[in-house]
Amino acid sequence: MKKQAILTATLLLITSFIYAQTIIKGTVKDNHNHPLAGASITLKDTYDGATSDSLGYFHFGTTEKGAHVISITSLGYKEYIQNVTLGSEPIVIETSLKEQLDELKAVTVTAGSFAAGDNKRGTVLSSLDVATTAGSNADITAALRTLPGTQQIGEQEGLFVRGGAGYEAKQYIDGTLVNNPYYSSVPDIASRGRFSPFLFKGTVFSTGGYSALYGQALSSVVLLESIDLPEKSEIDASVSPLVVGAGTQQLAKDKKSSWGFSYDYVNVGLYFSLVKQTPDYFRLPQFHNADANFRFKTKSGGMIKYYTTFAQSNLGIRRPDVDSSYLKDAFALKNINWYNNLSWRENLNNGWRMNLGASYSTNTDNIFQQVQDQNNQPKQFSPYTYWMNYKDFTIDSRQDLTQLKAVFEKKLGGISTLRVGSEYWYNYNKFTYNDTLRKLIDNYTATFAEASIYLTNEIAAQIGARFEYSSVINKTDVAPRISLAYKTGKDAQVSLAYGEFYQKPENNQLLYSTNVGFTKATHYIINYQKMNTLRIFRVEAYYKTYADLIKTIPIGYNYFNYNNSGKGYARGVDVFFRDKKTIKNLDYWISYSYVDTKRNYLNYTSELQPNYAATHTASLVTKRFFQDLKMGVNLTYTFATGRPYYNFMVDNAGKYFLQDQGKTKPYNALNFSAEWVPSVGKPNAKTFIVLFASVTNVLGYNAVYGYNYSYNGLYKQPIEPPAKRFYFIGCFLSWGVDRSQDAINNNL
Amino acid sequence: MKPIILSVTFCLFMLFSFAQSDRYAAAMKSKLSLFDSAKTIADLQGLSDAFVRIGDAEKTQWQPYYYAALALSTAGWMGTQSNDFDKDGNAQKMNTLCDKAEALATADADKSEICAIRNMAATQQMMVDPQSRYMTYGTAANNALKKGMQLNPNNPRMYYLQGMSLFNTPTQYGGGKDKAKPVFEKAISLYNAEQPVGFNPRWGKQQAATQLALCQ
Repeated sequence: MKKQAILTATLLLITSFIYAQTIIKGTVKDNHNHPLAGASITLKDTYDGATSDSLGYFHFGTTEKGAHVISITSLGYKEYIQNVTLGSEPIVIETSLKEQLDELKAVTVTAGSFAAGDNKRGTVLSSLDVATTAGSNADITAALRTLPGTQQIGEQEGLFVRGGAGYEAKQYIDGTLVNNPYYSSVPDIASRGRFSPFLFKGTVFSTGGYSALYGQALSSVVLLESIDLPEKSEIDASVSPLVVGAGTQQLAKDKKSSWGFSYDYVNVGLYFSLVKQTPDYFRLPQFHNADANFRFKTKSGGMIKYYTTFAQSNLGIRRPDVDSSYLKDAFALKNINWYNNLSWRENLNNGWRMNLGASYSTNTDNIFQQVQDQNNQPKQFSPYTYWMNYKDFTIDSRQDLTQLKAVFEKKLGGISTLRVGSEYWYNYNKFTYNDTLRKLIDNYTATFAEASIYLTNEIAAQIGARFEYSSVINKTDVAPRISLAYKTGKDAQVSLAYGEFYQKPENNQLLYSTNVGFTKATHYIINYQKMNTLRIFRVEAYYKTYADLIKTIPIGYNYFNYNNSGKGYARGVDVFFRDKKTIKNLDYWISYSYVDTKRNYLNYTSELQPNYAATHTASLVTKRFFQDLKMGVNLTYTFATGRPYYNFMVDNAGKYFLQDQGKTKPYNALNFSAEWVPSVGKPNAKTFIVLFASVTNVLGYNAVYGYNYSYNGLYKQPIEPPAKRFYFIGCFLSWGVDRSQDAINNNL
Repeated sequence: MKPIILSVTFCLFMLFSFAQSDRYAAAMKSKLSLFDSAKTIADLQGLSDAFVRIGDAEKTQWQPYYYAALALSTAGWMGTQSNDFDKDGNAQKMNTLCDKAEALATADADKSEICAIRNMAATQQMMVDPQSRYMTYGTAANNALKKGMQLNPNNPRMYYLQGMSLFNTPTQYGGGKDKAKPVFEKAISLYNAEQPVGFNPRWGKQQAATQLALCQ
């Protein structure tokens, strides 16, 4: 019996001897030679292994013998593999893992650009942010005006970016230019943008140094990317004293296609009877807007989208004449606008991607102005007071733009990308001033190439160039663009950008003279950004030079010639800070811009600070959502120092001289909005309701945007908004069919 | 001599079986026992890696990847308040592990268990910034829950997770204790009826009971 026991014990010992362990240990470091915690060390095809500790150290034993493979992995790093022969000797592994280039981890070039949109990395504003920024009233441009680099301009539409005029900023939808992004406006009153923020899933607002894929904008581009497919089918309706509308979006059961349309009608009659307007509206503003779309996914994962919108507006306004207190200027405007955009995104073979875009838009403005007497009857003038005669006119203007754009994209090993493409614009403009018809046709072509190169996750470069030709001026240009980004730490990076930007002179100049060339701006930008999900801080300094700006040469009182002898500069600093973290449920951002800019262009007599540029501008935007009340309250405060104003007159020698100048008082506005969303968080609610109310300029500050001068320059009239405050109250309803259940069933 | 032969046979059997599937069972058992003793995020990440090694070596079992993801979900709950913890990265890893498990799981009931992990991954990502992420990650969490219930209507963990979601949602948003209570009750009755085999998931009963007590 004893013998047996010994034998058994011996056998057990042998068994355990066979299982004698080999020790494997070492340290894992990252590409910067810092210890890498949490790396997984595996003896392949066995259960044995370990995870590195905070010092990168690991240690484990294995009973395996012979030739084996050790693998070390960690998220964001390339796998490290080593062949080992397991014997009795311990194995020591000292290694540093190579970083894996990863689009999600890699630095992105941020110099000059604000990414806005939903579910996008580096997002600054979402479409909901646009809707809930007090003072924006769901106008994209108004919301972008709370970001640094922009001016607070109330007398005309557009984005005035870093010393640039409004027409020097352009909007693109799905890659193609929008010719008339704003509703046609009355002089001295800004109009809204035509497009709802909810059409777009992403917006990039570039305040300079933007990609070679875009051109013909000296200062800024706004890149709007339309949503692919709606999340569910729904019917929407909106009711307010100003606007009524209805629409639908229908998503197919297989979630591969959708279509929709909507219509709304704006009539300010009731509103103007309640809220007094300074001007006398003899034709109450009315707008009809209709749009339709269809979108579908292609077999190979591509996407085809078509969007069309039609708008018609009609208004007439009467204001005091600047030359006589007895007289009034009546101005009437009828506008028809039709916009179409077709885009096709497709994955091709060999890693190529294709983006095709086509768009067609036509815009017709019928304008009429007449000087009227106290009884609103036309007033006749003798030929001696020719400046008064020039105030009576009719303009029939039509602008058509047809565009084709193709961009091909290829991944260059890892995450580096090459983009090449070309675009063609056919511009047709017909302009009838009184009885004189002028036509302007331009064939514009551009070819561009751009490479985004990632050297490591920390360093990225974007190098591109754009070649452009415009037939109407018969000129070509080559615009280089370079930007670099370097990650300086966790969530932090520095970017640099340089670029040259060209823009054709405006149509109203080209109609009179095509013997001009491209205007030009050169941008130099340096940017520092620190950003995580709940906080963004960025500061950006820039220097811009302008060359070949258009100068106006007067020929008589109402005729002009143009040349490219203008120039100027802009330099400044933009600061942005957004924080959702410090105070619970409070989301706020602060923007500050400083700009020092001067230009000698148009009728300016020397290099002067442009009349749209305030030296200091600041905004504080706050949003607070009260969970218990299901209500959000938003306040925006904006401040800008005064802007210069000038009166240029023509002397006897036919030259401009500066007759008078001054500076407006500072601009202040406190805007308020609130939304009540009673159906939020009710997952099975059939009706979704949003009640929205807003007031601009709550404190009733009297804004003066500038002055209009009388013919003799002796009298000036302030340019003020048509009413001190703008009130809005509306109810938005939607009835949705949630298709997520179908999606689940289809995926089972 | 007979006993010697027996002993030798026993030892050989030990060797043999260790090399075969009992080795898997033993490894799983020993790693599963570590769930209770894991105190830190690093412990759980290490445990997750250990399950991944088992899964990679076995190549046909879905449970190791499932438990690797479950360990990360526990780490994720621990890390919700931490600024240094990469919640998105952790959730991304969980989903990758779910993909691996899903490719190996054949039974609907097993796939239902994986939905529970996906629900937690989405919930943890939503909690990074609930206001702006509710629409995306909240929906994803909800879809995972619905899908899991459809695959196995008797999976108690789906009801436990639904109960947790309701419990943590304010009353005015359709949540609250009153809404959560019957769901936890249903979870517990399903837990009581559950007879898990092998290494199939069985967690959550204790937590459901604790939560139900909080609903009273």
